[in-house]
This record gives sequence, C-alpha cells and structure tokens, in this order.
Amino acid sequence: MSSAPSVTAEKPVVSGGPRRWGEPLMHGLLWLCALASVFVTISIVLILLVESLEFFRQVSVVEFLSGTVWEPHATPARFGILPLACGTLLVTAGAAIIAIPMGLGAAIYLSEYATPVVRDVLKPVLEILAGIPSVVFGYLAIVFISPIVRSLFPQADVFNALNASIVVAIMILPMIVSLSEDVLRSVPRSLREGAYALGATKLDVTAGVVVPAALSGIMASFLLAIARAVGETMAVTLAAGKRPQLTLNPLESIQTMTAYIVETTKGDVPRGTLGYQTIFAVGLTLFLATLALNVLAQWILKHMREKYE
Amino acid sequence: MSLAGRGRPYAKAASAAFAYVCALCAFASVAVLLILIGQMLRFAWGWLDFQFLTSFDSQLSAHRAGVKAALVGSVYLIALTALFTVPVGVGAAVYLEEYAARSRWRGFVQTNIANLAGVPSIVYGILGLGLFVRGMHLGAGVLAGALTLSLVVLPVVILASQEALRAVPNTIRQASFALGATKWQTIWHQLLPAALPGIMTGVILAISRALGEAAPLVAIGAAGFVMFLPAGVNDKFTALPLQIYNWTENANEEFQFHVAAAGIIVLLVMLICLNAVAVYLRYRFGKRIRW
Repeated sequence: MSSAPSVTAEKPVVSGGPRRWGEPLMHGLLWLCALASVFVTISIVLILLVESLEFFRQVSVVEFLSGTVWEPHATPARFGILPLACGTLLVTAGAAIIAIPMGLGAAIYLSEYATPVVRDVLKPVLEILAGIPSVVFGYLAIVFISPIVRSLFPQADVFNALNASIVVAIMILPMIVSLSEDVLRSVPRSLREGAYALGATKLDVTAGVVVPAALSGIMASFLLAIARAVGETMAVTLAAGKRPQLTLNPLESIQTMTAYIVETTKGDVPRGTLGYQTIFAVGLTLFLATLALNVLAQWILKHMREKYE
Repeated sequence: MSLAGRGRPYAKAASAAFAYVCALCAFASVAVLLILIGQMLRFAWGWLDFQFLTSFDSQLSAHRAGVKAALVGSVYLIALTALFTVPVGVGAAVYLEEYAARSRWRGFVQTNIANLAGVPSIVYGILGLGLFVRGMHLGAGVLAGALTLSLVVLPVVILASQEALRAVPNTIRQASFALGATKWQTIWHQLLPAALPGIMTGVILAISRALGEAAPLVAIGAAGFVMFLPAGVNDKFTALPLQIYNWTENANEEFQFHVAAAGIIVLLVMLICLNAVAVYLRYRFGKRIRW
C-alpha cells in the first residue's frame, strides 16, 4: 500500500501535534471503506458458491444445465434450468428487439436533431422515467398492457412473455438513450463537418459517420441494458406468469430465473433443504450471466473505443 | 460533385424521413409512459385519501386497506440504509480519489465497484437471505432489510461521490496544502464541502433506488401482510414497493386495480419529493461555489 497522493504533486508537510496519529487513522478507516466493496463481492461469490455446491452434490451439473424440465416441487423433483433460462431469454430478446431500435433512434434524435430546448426537457424527463420502480411497471403490465395484448392476440395467456418484454423495453429504454446519446455527442464536430463538406446529407452523416464513430459506446449501452433486462425481477414476475416451460412463443405464460427466486423465497423455505439451495444455484447462474454481459460491455468500452483529439 | 444531387434523387427525402422517425422514437417512448401513468392516476382516483394513509392493510375490504405500515416501514428502511451507506460509500470514494495511487489495486477496486453496480438486485436479496437473515440470525426484520438495501445502493453512492470529488479543481488541494493543512484537513474542510452538492445528489439517487426496490425485500422473506408498526430493528416490517406487489398479485380486482394504484401514487410522490430535495440542494449549495 503506497500512501502517495494520486492527484497532488507534492506530499504535504505534516506539522507536529495530535494530527500526526489522526492522519494514518483516517487513511486506514477510508481504506477499510474501499475494502468493504471488495468484501461485498467476495461474500456474494462465497454464499452463492457454498449453497450451490450443496445443491450440485445432489443434482448433477449436467442435469442442471441440460435438463428441459423444471419441477422443483414435484416428486421426483426435476431440476433442468433450461425452461427458466429460456423464459429469461425470451423476455430479454423481446425487450431488446423493441428497445434497441427505439432507444438508438431517440438517442440520435436528441444528439443530432433536437433543439437545445427540446433536449433540455426530454433528457431530464427520461432520467425521471429511469427512476420509476420496477414494481410499478409490473402493475402497468398487468392492468394496462395485458388487456391490449390480449385484444390483439386473443389466444394469449393473461400472463405472458410479451407483456413482460414490453414493460422491460420501456424500463431499459432510458438507459440506452442516455448512454448512447452521451457517446454520440462526444463524436467531434470536425468529423461531421468533413462529411458535410463532401456533400453528404444529414442521414449520410449520422448513419455513415457519427454512429460508426460512436459504435463501441452504443454497443456497450446495449449490453448494459440487456444485462439489466436479464436481472429485472418484479415487473417480470408480475407480468410473465409462473409457469416454467420451454417455449419460444411470447404469448404463453413462462417463468424467468428471477421470477422463480421470488416465488420460492416468498414461501418461507427452511434452510438446508434442496428447495432453499435451488435459489442459490439459480442465483449463481443469473449472477454469472449478468457479470459476463457487464464485463463484456466494459471490455468494449476500454479496448474498442475510437480516440479523437 | 454532390452526393445528394446526382444519382441519388431520394437522398434528401430519406434524410428528412429519418429525422422524423428518430423524433418519433424519442417522443413515443416518453408519451407511452405518460399515458400509462395517466391511466393509473384515473384508477387511483377516489381511493387515495386520508383514510388510506392512516390505515393498516386489510384482508377483508379493499375500502379499508391502507399504507400505514408500509409507509412507516419504508421510512425506517431508507433512514437506516442512508445511515449505513453514506459513511462507507463516501469514505470509499475519498479513499479511491484522494489516497489510492493509480496502481493495479485501485484499478481492481474500481472495476469491482463497476461490476457490483451491474449485479441484479435480486442477487443482493439472496446474499441478504444467506448472510444477514440466516447467517447472522437477524430474521427478516428492518435491520436485515436495510443492510441488504445498503449493499444494493453502495456502488451508486461510491460512483457519484467519486465523480463529485473529481470535479473539485486541483488548485483547491494545492492551495490547502500550501497553507500547511494536512491531507485529512484538506479533505474535511475543503474537498468534502466543495463536493457536497454532487455527493448529496448521488445519495438521494441511491435512497430513491432503495425506496423503490421490492425484489431484495421479497428475497430476504420480508412479510407481506403486517398489521403493526415496527418498534425495534428486528421487528417484521413491510415496505411500499412490497405492499404494492402484494396488492397487484391479489386476485380481487379492487385491490389489484385501485388499491395498488393508490399505493403506487404514494410511492411516486415520495420519490418526486426526494428528487425535488436533490434539485433544491444542488441549487442552494451549488450557487456558493464558483471556479
């Protein structure tokens, strides 16, 4: 541990008196605070691993990862995570298909077309929308979106994956807009002006120059939004139903990994039972999936970013 | 030679159409949500009254149900959460910005915090269940709930505080050191006051997040139906988002459509108040500092 200040050029001269012991004390305390964040990670990994290992002692990893039936309460119980993973995938893919084009379009509008006044109004509004709790979207899905979906597709279940996709899309949209707009705006003016000088239209400039120049940041925003959709819990639990099944039909009722965790923890499961351990095994899968997406997003930002003067 | 002119007769029209499509995306996303919230207000109309705020939940009649226990539980929760997160979060930010050299260790901690910010809240809930409720035998009380929520919002506080500290110009540090102040004196008397508006905004953002989180509370096994106010930190409790979740799940349409909507309005009003405080603080304290 070096105590060299990061920002200042010179180490300050410490005068005598009682401050002398206070300085290293504060340094130590603050170091502990930073260490706390590392401990959070360690305890997440430890807790998930320890209980999952107990689970995998009774259920083989192969069966868990390749089984196509998830019936934890049946006898004999069957623990194949594919139906839950499929549910998560279905909701996430649906949300991405809706939110990515709309989010990118909105970001392009705000960055390239909107007048400063419109931008100053829309950006804060989008930020407020980003702060609306997940459970509120669950309510909106059940009460307003489900009837609309069912009037368009009469064969749809009351709780269905499409419901969940639509609300999750609304939830992740502000994130895509806000992150993408930041990178679009950071593309230097000289690139745009160079393209205009060659006779390009605004569409040529935007689609041919600005978006490709900001592509790494835009991709990262998509990945972060998808990670958020994968981990989204309350809205999906309320909207998509409780039936774990292997289907790609968005009109059917499904269960996601997050929804399973909610359903199981709501009933007070005793510690040490297989039912209790499934939460941790599913949680571990969820944690690894979102971690991979986040790490990939950060890697793209770090290594693929185009650098301009 | 103009690209737009020869050989591409539709280039200008396409460009204009593209502009409208993008504008449509931006306005539609906001409009859809505003319409939905407007509908919700209509559903809550007539259900949100003084009786709703001062009654406990009811299993018998939707007309007698209220948010008293949830409201008090939520206030307890966010107060405790702020108490836990603010010192640790701001402390970690000060350490990373002012003490840690740009070493591999600092890079590791920084990456770790960025990754923690992306962990789904339900995973923190499982952690809380294993660590606080079962591991430390706290039970599903207010304390376990607040500790779990603290873990959820800790990265938010750290990242916001770091940004606020980074915005304080280096000349302030140099001037303070030149006058003989120690590192901690510089931090306490110069940097933290200067970064306060930014830190406050981050803290309020974090508290808003904690106020709306239901998933971690469900995961630790917080009670859904509570007919008393928590007296101690280990008492059972309910919170607004949890209560809303239970009402929305209720098969009785009066609960599902109307009582839940009224509960959501209470939650949203609390969130708007918090954000108004953040805007005010930024304005009030931000005015004094100019560089």
